[in-house]
Amino acid sequence: MSNYGFVPHGSEDLSEMLAAVGVSSVEELYSAIPEKLRISKLDLPAGISEYEVSKKLHALAKKNTSDLVCFMGGGFYDHFIPAAVDAIASRGEFTTCYTPYQPEVAQGTLQTMFEFQSGMCRLTGMEVSNASVYDGGSAVFEAAAMSFRVNGRRRFLVDGAMNPIYRNMLESYAANMNFEFVEVAPKDGKADKEAIAAQLDDTVSAVILQNPSFFGCVDDYTETAEAARKAGALSILICYPLSLAYLKTPGEMGIDIAVGDAQSLGLPLGFGGPYLGFMTTSKKLARKMPGRICGETHDKNGNRGFVLTLQAREQHIRREKATSNICSNQNLCAIMATIHLALMGKEGLYEAAEESAKNAAYALKKLTAIPGVKATFSSPSFNEFAIDLPKPASKVCEKLLKVGIAAGIPLGEFFPGMENALLVALTEKRTIEEIDALAAKLEAALKEED
Amino acid sequence: MKLIYEESLPKRRGVIPPKSGVTCETLVPANCRRGEKAPLPEVSELDAVRHYTNLSRLNYSVDTNFYPLGSCTMKYNPKVNEQISRLEGFTALHPYLSLVPGGPENVQGALETIYETEQKLCEITGMKAVTMQPFAGANGEFTGVMLIAAYHKDHGDAKRRRMLIPDSAHGTNPASAMMAGFEITAIPSDGKGWVDLEALKAALGDDVAGLMLTAPNTVGLFDSNVGEICDLVHKAGGLMYYDGANLNAIMGHARPGDLGFDVVHLNMHKTFSTPHGGGGPGAGAVGVKENLVPYLPTPRVTKTADGKFEVGKADSTKSMGHIAPFFGNFCVMLKAYAYMLQLGAEGIREASGMAVLNANYLKARLQDTFKFPFQDQICMHECVCTSEWQLEKSGVNTLDIAKMLLDRGYHAPTVYFPLIVHEAIMIEPTETESKEVLDGFVESMKEIAKITETDPEACHRAPEKTPIGRLDEVAAAKNMILKA
Amino acid sequence: MSVPSELFYTKDHEWVKVEDGKATIGITDFAQHELGDITYVELPKAESTVSKGNEIATIESVKAASDVYSPITGTVDEVNESLDASPDVINSDPYGEGWICTLKDIVVDDLNTLMNAEQYEAFLKEEK
Repeated sequence: MSNYGFVPHGSEDLSEMLAAVGVSSVEELYSAIPEKLRISKLDLPAGISEYEVSKKLHALAKKNTSDLVCFMGGGFYDHFIPAAVDAIASRGEFTTCYTPYQPEVAQGTLQTMFEFQSGMCRLTGMEVSNASVYDGGSAVFEAAAMSFRVNGRRRFLVDGAMNPIYRNMLESYAANMNFEFVEVAPKDGKADKEAIAAQLDDTVSAVILQNPSFFGCVDDYTETAEAARKAGALSILICYPLSLAYLKTPGEMGIDIAVGDAQSLGLPLGFGGPYLGFMTTSKKLARKMPGRICGETHDKNGNRGFVLTLQAREQHIRREKATSNICSNQNLCAIMATIHLALMGKEGLYEAAEESAKNAAYALKKLTAIPGVKATFSSPSFNEFAIDLPKPASKVCEKLLKVGIAAGIPLGEFFPGMENALLVALTEKRTIEEIDALAAKLEAALKEED
Repeated sequence: MKLIYEESLPKRRGVIPPKSGVTCETLVPANCRRGEKAPLPEVSELDAVRHYTNLSRLNYSVDTNFYPLGSCTMKYNPKVNEQISRLEGFTALHPYLSLVPGGPENVQGALETIYETEQKLCEITGMKAVTMQPFAGANGEFTGVMLIAAYHKDHGDAKRRRMLIPDSAHGTNPASAMMAGFEITAIPSDGKGWVDLEALKAALGDDVAGLMLTAPNTVGLFDSNVGEICDLVHKAGGLMYYDGANLNAIMGHARPGDLGFDVVHLNMHKTFSTPHGGGGPGAGAVGVKENLVPYLPTPRVTKTADGKFEVGKADSTKSMGHIAPFFGNFCVMLKAYAYMLQLGAEGIREASGMAVLNANYLKARLQDTFKFPFQDQICMHECVCTSEWQLEKSGVNTLDIAKMLLDRGYHAPTVYFPLIVHEAIMIEPTETESKEVLDGFVESMKEIAKITETDPEACHRAPEKTPIGRLDEVAAAKNMILKA
Repeated sequence: MSVPSELFYTKDHEWVKVEDGKATIGITDFAQHELGDITYVELPKAESTVSKGNEIATIESVKAASDVYSPITGTVDEVNESLDASPDVINSDPYGEGWICTLKDIVVDDLNTLMNAEQYEAFLKEEK
């Protein structure tokens, strides 16, 4: 026995069990695999102790720079997370259970799921939420596929100011679905509402918008949702959940499907994941929505309880006719978001959103006071904005990284022609001192010879 | 329990977020603001902590109960892995750092863990390259079949529109293949629970893109014809897809690559012991043979000659694009990496061997009490029995037996799956459970079998000791109360 | 299991009744029994044309979802909108109040390809 496989059997147990099975060795249990296809050993290092694993991973973690002052956003933000979120969500009763197939012994998971759905509905102003999907990008694809199921149309109008990585994911996921994505060029950093309205007709399945846009600009898309409805199309809005504590909601705009990533509700940046895709819609479209949904019901004694419901739509029953192949949710992440919403509460989440936006207003003023730096767009923004620098933004960013500042996302990496533009994000965690330091270091970097 | 919204009191505060002290107003115009503040909970920090702690106590979990849920691999999740995944050196990293100039220098440790995890999985599966992008198993399946589609398209063979899937497969297989644009042909199982070879031969043709096979299959049996199946499909011009849901039975003993598969997906949350979290987040990996490498999703982590790690964009004309924005569920992957490091070559092999032994031990001890439809075959990491004997004699079905187990402190096995077994009870003990636990479970199953004869009514009433009784699922589906 | 003698049946367990050039369609007692408690019916759109064998509705229960295929070709005339509020009527009265829709402009010859009550009963026995 190696003692590293978390196997409890001693040698006596082992011989008793082998005897009960009627074999003489473990190897004999593999007789169904043709011998020539078996291997005797993997070419991997020998196991190491828990302490050594921990030491190795601590050393690897130290190879990263985790104390950069973060002005990077682009859909993923460095927001404050109360300590209690992880303290509770990491309880074994939440982490080491599976899908609540036996609801009588999974009410903890199920009620939290129901509270998550309630929280997402209250935040978005929508009627129905699922229990989450993988991430924001896959949620956008699922929304498009859902729209196709609703109206049978395959053309989509896509706001060119949406997250460019989500845009790529949309293409990748739908590559064999015979969908057509028509990109509508943005206007002043956000969706061109007039151009979209002009292109809406009875061939369009849905219009896909993002608010705030990838460039951080905000708008009200009530008219666009209405124009879509008139054309028999749906409106899909990609949202940033924390911003919805402050901004006009998709519900208030009359949007049909609101999706996005809820990383901003209590999840660490974590180098890309796990994050938390969410999907909300109207009651009318609920049965077309993929993913798990929890519903309220009662037991035989009349006690309130919760179960997974509308499961007949899902892959384990519908197989190739399912609404999606998804068979899990990001459940633990949804639990974290639910706890986060409870801890921050009505006032706390509003304050975090407002503070992020105030910091952005201050930073925009401060940065555009630097000679040669100006705002890229004139549209109003929430907590993120683009600035034009007098030289390529990627070079400037590289310099600032060396002094401990992640100044933002150089937009030229994603939008050819925007090589001098930098996308800067603010959260409630950034201080006046940090913003002032960003401005000072940016000004210094711009003065340096390349 | 009350909902958190029912515990709210106006103006009660929880945690206070930080304030920078700036005095300027936001730039958001009035028409872009929401009408009223979102009606979120108003509770104290202690209210929230107590509420969710008490909710968690209503769950059965691996940490609290034996959880033999077949096909889900509810093995112990080592705590050190949890600690590692929470190191600030990983959690504080913004993912865009991987994509901007100068960024990768700041995330070398993270890139190294991705690269090393992929390398280890290449060895375990016998594949040429692995991507960690997929978010979970089903997402990995989708990635895998999209790679097959991309391969045929690139070889001017776009007419290959049909995916063959055994009828014993998980429902995700046909659902994933449909999303990838394939038509599905179901291949029946033979009397042994294996792929019916004659039916397979009849289904093959020049429009076949591939075959998706779970090995061991969902009945917990290893189909000894796997080599022949791979040959048949390859000769017909198709590719072989390995659904890695059950790799935990054979890792260290056999490799999908050696068996003849071209593409494989793995579930980190099953085989590599990352916790299930009540249904996610998982993490998927997809491995491919050399011929499929060009189609892998972008971005890819590469290692330079001088030991540095870089983020390369895949060939945009061939790559299938983005499955995840960055590197999938990175912090979940860290746990799987730590697990593989701790087990090492021997530990990995031992884990699967013991999982198989435990399943066969349960089967051996239960076969006089319950009907095992494939009794004469050695099972792999899980065994499938049915309640048919009990149902015939006293009208007690699989659902009743599942609920009886809950009253005895066990999570129920998977029930009514696989579909090809009537009244199925699918038991997966995993390697981390001791003989005493297995013996206790056997005694409870035998006790339940007795009660089905002496007091069938009691079986229909179960569970009675759980926090809540059997729930009315029809009312839930009809009333559709989905939020508070 | 009730099988009214005046109806025609498909192998997918739909029934059809033709009167005055109009066809009424539903699912059989056997089908409702197999599905269990029905929770939702997705109804066809009036005036849509369907060919024999096309999907015209989807019926959901807690544990299953089943497509309903049109036994004959025609144009959807009326749909049973009362099923929106009480889909369980299909369980209690599959051949009466639990009808799904009616078709007009039907191809009457399609009836020749269907089973009569006697044949359907024999088919059910075989299926078991």
